[in-house]
Amino acid sequence: MSLFDWFANRRKSGPIGNEQQEREIADGLWTKCEDCGVLTYTKDLRANQMVCPECNHHKRVGSSERIQQLIDPGTWMPIDESLVPVDSLKFRDRKLYSERLREYQEKTGLTDAVQTGLGQLAGFPTALGVMDFSFMGGSMGSVVGEKLTRLTERATRQRLPLVLICASGGARMQEGMLSLMQMAKTSAALERHRAARLLYIPVLTHPTTGGVTASFAMLGDVILAEPKATIGFAGRRVVEQTLKEKLPDDFQTAEYLLNHGFIDSIVQRPELKQTLSSLIQLHQPTPSNADIVAAKLSSHHLITEEPKVLPRPANVD
Amino acid sequence: MAFSRCYFEVMASGKLSTSRLQYGSMASDRIYLLDFEKPLAELEKRIDQIRQLAEESGVNVSEEIRQLESRAVELRQEIFTNLTPGQRLQMARHPRRPSTLDYVQVISDEWIELHGDRRGFDDPAIVGGIARLAGQPVVMLGHQKGRDTKDNVARNFGMASPGGYRKALRLMEHANRFGMPILTFIDTPAAWPGLEAEAFGQGEAIALNLREMFCLEVPIICTVIGEGGSGGALGIGVGDRLLMFEHAVYSVAPPEACAAILWRDTQQAPQAAESLKITAADLKAFGIADQILPEPIGGAHADPLKATEILKAALLENLEVLMRMSSQQRREHRYQKFRNLGVFNEIAA
Ligand SMILES: [Zn+2]
Repeated sequence: MSLFDWFANRRKSGPIGNEQQEREIADGLWTKCEDCGVLTYTKDLRANQMVCPECNHHKRVGSSERIQQLIDPGTWMPIDESLVPVDSLKFRDRKLYSERLREYQEKTGLTDAVQTGLGQLAGFPTALGVMDFSFMGGSMGSVVGEKLTRLTERATRQRLPLVLICASGGARMQEGMLSLMQMAKTSAALERHRAARLLYIPVLTHPTTGGVTASFAMLGDVILAEPKATIGFAGRRVVEQTLKEKLPDDFQTAEYLLNHGFIDSIVQRPELKQTLSSLIQLHQPTPSNADIVAAKLSSHHLITEEPKVLPRPANVD
Repeated sequence: MAFSRCYFEVMASGKLSTSRLQYGSMASDRIYLLDFEKPLAELEKRIDQIRQLAEESGVNVSEEIRQLESRAVELRQEIFTNLTPGQRLQMARHPRRPSTLDYVQVISDEWIELHGDRRGFDDPAIVGGIARLAGQPVVMLGHQKGRDTKDNVARNFGMASPGGYRKALRLMEHANRFGMPILTFIDTPAAWPGLEAEAFGQGEAIALNLREMFCLEVPIICTVIGEGGSGGALGIGVGDRLLMFEHAVYSVAPPEACAAILWRDTQQAPQAAESLKITAADLKAFGIADQILPEPIGGAHADPLKATEILKAALLENLEVLMRMSSQQRREHRYQKFRNLGVFNEIAA
């Protein structure tokens, strides 16, 4: 029996009575797909990494769940968890920014919109950052920028591949220009990671827009995306206003970006870990290329902290 | 004062029109009076009328005129030293404000404009080329707003497309290869939010510039001459020094857009301009801007030649310091400058 048939059977045996059905949705036993409306047994949906078995809709997952999906059990070591946002502008729109922060912190249990750390991805030591859209739309302020920069710098020092799961509406306006500057700061750290010839893979999930698209999301050596994810710089409505005609239906989707040459591959979520580990493995130094990598490293004056040295041939300094 | 001269020229032709400036609105060729400039204009009009009457009637009114003129000087000081962020935004967008090409052509001894991103586009919203500045070959580039309505449409109001950012990168890499310092001039409401811009990778084009500008070994000085609009500005804004004209602004998002999103009301744009902290003084306080360039009273457009002198002097002064550093020192300094931007708390574990 194929996985598909198994799910199909599973659905057939689902609840029939309407009342009972609604009760069980409320209980969280069953989950209704936002896209196709089909009910799936929540446990099955979770086992399928929150991807609807009926229509392949990739439901949003939180940062903690994402870490579980990608990192080998018992190997996750979070870093910089003590960084907390500050309302440096004393910003107030319809609500105080400081109040908004408190509310989101309570609601999500997170300090800000990204979790960073080191862990093993299918056995490969990896630096991983996961943005969380549920915290103020994944917007990038000083904390997000700082945590990603520290993660990247640590990856450079320890010669680790870097994977960033992107999900963001862009810069956090409530932090003004300091949030815009995080785009430059993260790009600077990525430049050093790149100069050290280390692998960086951003994974663009729904949605990846604005300042994140115009910085680290688009700077990968290999760029992956989830199916149907919205990816773009300007907001769709803003673009619509500049046009007289209608936008194409697939405008700013992962598929659109793939067709335009801006991403490398669209990966189904259940296959993401395998794809990442294959890519990381393919980029591990081999005896035949270690001298190239090492020569580049030694000529790169900017790595101030002592790098974890790779085995190199004796004739290379 | 250029301001009063323009004003009287228009008075004479009987065509004075005031105009409220709006984001992306079509600029007309008429003389612009910002709301807060009106009292001054009124006063200058009265002085002129009295002078004319006196001439016709032969009555001596020099004492009254002297008093009114000194009042005008005071008023001008008062108005332009206490501008609100919203008013500065209007100054920064003033259609008469000198543009990149105005500055570049005046400050250089020689200027050869170069075109094209070598990928199929030549974006007129970003101009660039090679110049000689006080004997030193440099690459200069910047956003270019139009000088009149027609030009503004052709220049897309200074809103660059991916081809513009790629042209800028191509020119910066050229500068790097030939050891020429890079001077960029920022003056854009935003990166162009159009269908083609998205299709050709607006995000990728800006992102690449951010990263690559950290690799460049030559000195980079960025100057906000008018308005710095978010990622569209930053795309040519990573440097060793950021200079800002006194009435220039630099914002994470256009205040109008911010008002629409956060207040759900575009009428709140002045409030947004206030809250977002977009003035040169604010950016200096954050450590984002390194130096504020004073403007002639009434703004750079009131005395463009004076503004040009101020700009040139500041560029030369900063270049001298930067050129004494090694390329390694500059890159490290550039990295640390941006590395240190951000405000957060770190609670003890
Ligand atoms: Zn579905």
